[in-house]
Amino acid sequence: MRSRRGSIGAHTFLIAASIAMAGPFLWELLTSFKTLTEATRVPPTWLPPQWHGSNYRSVFDTVPFGDMLVNSVLNTLARTAAQLLFCSMAAYAFARLRFPGRSLLFGLFLSILLVPSQLLVIPQYQIVQSLHLLNSRTALFLPGMFSAFGTFLLRQFFLAMPAELEEAARLDGAGPLRIYWSVMLPLARPGLIALGILTMIWSWNDLLWPLVVNTDPHKMPLSAGLASLQGQFMTDYPVLMAGALMATVPVIVVFVVLQRRVIEGIALTGTKG
Amino acid sequence: MTTAGAGARPLAPAASALGGGSGGGGGSSGATGTPSARETRRRRRRHRSTEAAWAAFFLAPTALGLGVFYLWPVLQTFYYSFTTWGPFGGHTFTGLANYRALLHDPDLRSAFVNTLWYCLLGLAGIPIALVLAAVLARPGRRGVGFYRALLFLPVVTMPVAVAIVWRWLYAGDYGLINTLLGKIGIHGPYWISDQHTALIAVAVVGLWSGVGYTMVILMAGLESIPRQYYEAAQIDGAGPVRQFFALTLPLLSPSLFFVTVLSVIGTLQTFDLVYVLIGQTNPALPQTRSVVYLFYQDAFVDNNRGYAAAIAFVLLLVTVALTGFQFRLQKRWVHYA
Repeated sequence: MRSRRGSIGAHTFLIAASIAMAGPFLWELLTSFKTLTEATRVPPTWLPPQWHGSNYRSVFDTVPFGDMLVNSVLNTLARTAAQLLFCSMAAYAFARLRFPGRSLLFGLFLSILLVPSQLLVIPQYQIVQSLHLLNSRTALFLPGMFSAFGTFLLRQFFLAMPAELEEAARLDGAGPLRIYWSVMLPLARPGLIALGILTMIWSWNDLLWPLVVNTDPHKMPLSAGLASLQGQFMTDYPVLMAGALMATVPVIVVFVVLQRRVIEGIALTGTKG
Repeated sequence: MTTAGAGARPLAPAASALGGGSGGGGGSSGATGTPSARETRRRRRRHRSTEAAWAAFFLAPTALGLGVFYLWPVLQTFYYSFTTWGPFGGHTFTGLANYRALLHDPDLRSAFVNTLWYCLLGLAGIPIALVLAAVLARPGRRGVGFYRALLFLPVVTMPVAVAIVWRWLYAGDYGLINTLLGKIGIHGPYWISDQHTALIAVAVVGLWSGVGYTMVILMAGLESIPRQYYEAAQIDGAGPVRQFFALTLPLLSPSLFFVTVLSVIGTLQTFDLVYVLIGQTNPALPQTRSVVYLFYQDAFVDNNRGYAAAIAFVLLLVTVALTGFQFRLQKRWVHYA
């Protein structure tokens, strides 16, 4: 009896929390189908009296949404692919190879984790500028291809691998490249997936860096594009809502499909990182 | 054969021979006799140098990338913080001038006060996340995956999009929040353009979008506590409240410590929400400006890069100080099993 009442209380609490969390998304969706006059009516109506798809078209007319989408996809893919490859390589060296200066170098890597990324933006901007890459797609992902966090995360995985596997591979004549590629990487899959998903999400959502390096709307990713859409259309909320929804849908789809992995990945960084 | 394999390129047969040598035993080819001591030493030395060469190969991309884009910029920013920039990008060394100016800058002081408020209000998300995690982590609770996913959704949503939606919810006349408040007879303010409510409004959005992250980490912590502890406590006659304070809290303290440190570091870097939620022309802006917002303004809008670099460095010092303080405090309340 007591436990059932407790359970009802818990579910009421959870449902209230869910409404608070999902409510804004629902309101966003409903608003995106209203006209501006309908959206600003006092008191507000819940459902649009007529569903207008035109706001979604207006987004494409106001900003080069198609280009921005391509930029976001390229930026995300380049950062994620590069980090998975480079971080796993470095992590393998730190975890499994002996070389002079290993702990010193690893200490330097770790110290990067402490520095807020904003601190680095001015010199990073200047490096990109001196490479004549301002307002290019390359500028979006260049610094984001390397990560101390990713190296650290994967190193933990490689450290946990049993030495016998490596010995066996070596006796069979495998060199470090073979061991890395055919033994270590497959075993570190959960770590690679976690890092991949996290990198994807953070890359897609990143704002400050794209805002700084790319001022040409055709070279911006969606995050910076949305911020500029908001600047131009301070009050046309239905259009803004349509843009915001379209910019978030890809990440939400990835999240819904890979939900378990995303959450495991986050929990993993909490217990290991 | 030995001379041929001595080159820098690790040839396949040489590598297998080395593998056998480093393994300590005779290797797979039992036919070869015990090598002389000199031979072993030479092999070992060669093995070590090829291992270092391989390490260099594996480390090269990351070491180069992090060196150029992360380590060098730290030094560079440190140097810039002692310089003053002209309107066309040239800069001159002016010693401590920026830091002296920072001390008397009312904008910076208010930005730091605001940022510390974001930090404190952000910490309020931890108890909320703890309650959610505790309710969800009960064994046999139905719909855990669904609730957890829903609560986590704001974490993965683009901060710009989040800010845009909340601007709309916060709108004075036709905003949803004021409409709902109106139903219970409260006349809500113009949340994000009212100087008294703007900071709280930004902090609430930050809390809303971060609570799912904290919850997931705390859930993982809760699930790692062995069930038997609670059974034993129950047999000893400990009620739920006693169980929470005597068992759950101490055993969860490492996870709580982790989310506290992360929350402080994260909220000290508040930028996206202020930038999009409050915008450039809002009268409430000075009341909500964070340190990173000020940094962005100085560095990329006003082209005052030396001064911005000094701001960034002070932020780094504050971050390190607050994190260090938390690690010192840790000894008093964090228990590692």
